[in-house]
Amino acid sequence: MTATTALSAPSAPARPAAGRSPAPAARRRAALHWIAVHTVAIAAALFFILPFVFVFLTSVMSDDQALSGDLWPTEWNWSNYADVFNTPGFLDWWRNSLLYAGLGTLFTVCSSIPVAYALAKFRFRGRRTAMIMVISTMMLPPQVIVIPMYLVWAQQLHLSGSLWPLIIPMAFGDAYSIFLLRQFLLTIPREYLESAKVDGSGELGTLLRIVVPMAKPGIAAVALFQFFYCWNDYFGPQIYAAQNPGAWTLSYGLESFKSAHSVNWNLTMAATLLVMAPVIIVFFFAQKAFVEGVTLTGVKG
Amino acid sequence: MATLTNAPALRRKARRERLRTLGFLSPWLVGFTVFFGYPLIATVYFSFMHYNQIEAPTFVGLRNWRYVLEQMPLFGPALWNTLWLVVVMVALRVVFGLGIGLLVTKIKSGVGFFRTAFYLPYLAPPVAATVAFVFLLNPGTGPVNDILGTIGIHAPNWFNDPAWAKPSLVLLSLWGIGDLMVIFMAALLDVPKEQYEAAELDGAGAFHKFRYVTWPSITPIVMFAVVTGVVQTMQYYTQALVAGKLASGVSVGPGTVIQPGYPDHSTLTVPQLVYSLGFQNFNTGAACVLSLVLFAIAMAVTTLLMRKRAGLLSAED
Repeated sequence: MTATTALSAPSAPARPAAGRSPAPAARRRAALHWIAVHTVAIAAALFFILPFVFVFLTSVMSDDQALSGDLWPTEWNWSNYADVFNTPGFLDWWRNSLLYAGLGTLFTVCSSIPVAYALAKFRFRGRRTAMIMVISTMMLPPQVIVIPMYLVWAQQLHLSGSLWPLIIPMAFGDAYSIFLLRQFLLTIPREYLESAKVDGSGELGTLLRIVVPMAKPGIAAVALFQFFYCWNDYFGPQIYAAQNPGAWTLSYGLESFKSAHSVNWNLTMAATLLVMAPVIIVFFFAQKAFVEGVTLTGVKG
Repeated sequence: MATLTNAPALRRKARRERLRTLGFLSPWLVGFTVFFGYPLIATVYFSFMHYNQIEAPTFVGLRNWRYVLEQMPLFGPALWNTLWLVVVMVALRVVFGLGIGLLVTKIKSGVGFFRTAFYLPYLAPPVAATVAFVFLLNPGTGPVNDILGTIGIHAPNWFNDPAWAKPSLVLLSLWGIGDLMVIFMAALLDVPKEQYEAAELDGAGAFHKFRYVTWPSITPIVMFAVVTGVVQTMQYYTQALVAGKLASGVSVGPGTVIQPGYPDHSTLTVPQLVYSLGFQNFNTGAACVLSLVLFAIAMAVTTLLMRKRAGLLSAED
């Protein structure tokens, strides 16, 4: 403890100017440090990248070679990708994934913004309780509530075999998105909101004209996370869409795709890459929003 | 008494503000009641019922509870696997994520490339990542064991060996460490530089600098990573299920009932057991008991950890 306080003392007086040009020994030490760090970094990068490389190389192999454990394809069968697309149902899975992820994201963003705004900027009794309730919803394993919900959707509303039981609830706010947006909205200075109100803007007008434009990066991060949550979801489609292959999503269909082509690892790897592709393409266009979203969750929380 | 004459107006204003707040909160208030409150109460209700989803439910008291806790053969393995994963996976993810985060802050050339490389696997859809790993680690046909073989390492059977199936899942989750890396990296860059300089002047080495400067300032983030990691791992489902099914090589389609947890129940987690009881065996009561047990453990662990301040409610102005 004493060490910590001693160390947090303001920084020492400036060092003499002579110390600026490093001695050869110091320069050698810096070079060795550089080499050591980059060697470790390259080794680590291989662990993260090689799986993608192997998956890709296998995806263009012939049926037989994919079973051989070979690393490099002897011939490049680009037609494997066409075969995947021509598999019955595969295009339906794309459509369903886009529907689930697209509508799900739209609903979540529209319903979560006003809630997050109220939690961030309104002063009311029970605000803290409301936040604790939001966070405990985030903590709840989905398996705890799925059985009664399934019974309602299947037996009372007759909507099982479709993705609606997954999409409709998103029009009623999502705890994780509300939490993330609220953290973001807390950073908007109250003065902006007050000056808008002085100009005669109502609460809803302030939200739409001032807060939403200012919160664009936060909204973008929430939208991306929700899109990928839906795109990657397996449990939800398994519960509600399993009995109707016409309602399967890519994430759910992929595993049964493998089962149906039990020996065709090459086609399976091509399909695997096709399921990953949208995520990775969007990442390269929206890196900043992603990283902002992730850091927001952990650090500014 | 000016304040008294204004009282009705003030009360009207207060009521208007309350209505406004309720209006803004209404989507979530409805959602919370319908999709959280109702099913939670219904789960408790069904845990005391015998219900096969065809005939009307009948009250059976504690019979489901006794069955799950005392007789069900798979309850023990599922609970053990889930807790094993919670301890091992969360601990290794935090250590590895912190290591990669530290590494990224030390890299001088090509930071952008390395950061992207470390982050990208986190984005891979869990099913796709699992399918890929089952293939890569496949003892007969996968490239990993081939490569290890050529350099003289006798590789394990990974997802096909009860002793190695869970470590293989841990490996898969370490591959997707990108989110933790970003969080730790941001926290590490937030540590004031002057503190490091001051520590250097005091003659602190790398270890002492980490122990007395870095660690105290990133503890809240580490706690955050542990709590969210525990919550996520308690729900661990997709990867374990898909890996088990694919590695077992069974052909599955709608309606096929398979025993999850291949090999030898080593990858059976509590959420998988809930699914299998509720949606394959139609033993609604037992499934509800099990999900409540999961809920109780998740709540107990997280409140215990939250006591140590995970920073979730800070920034409250």
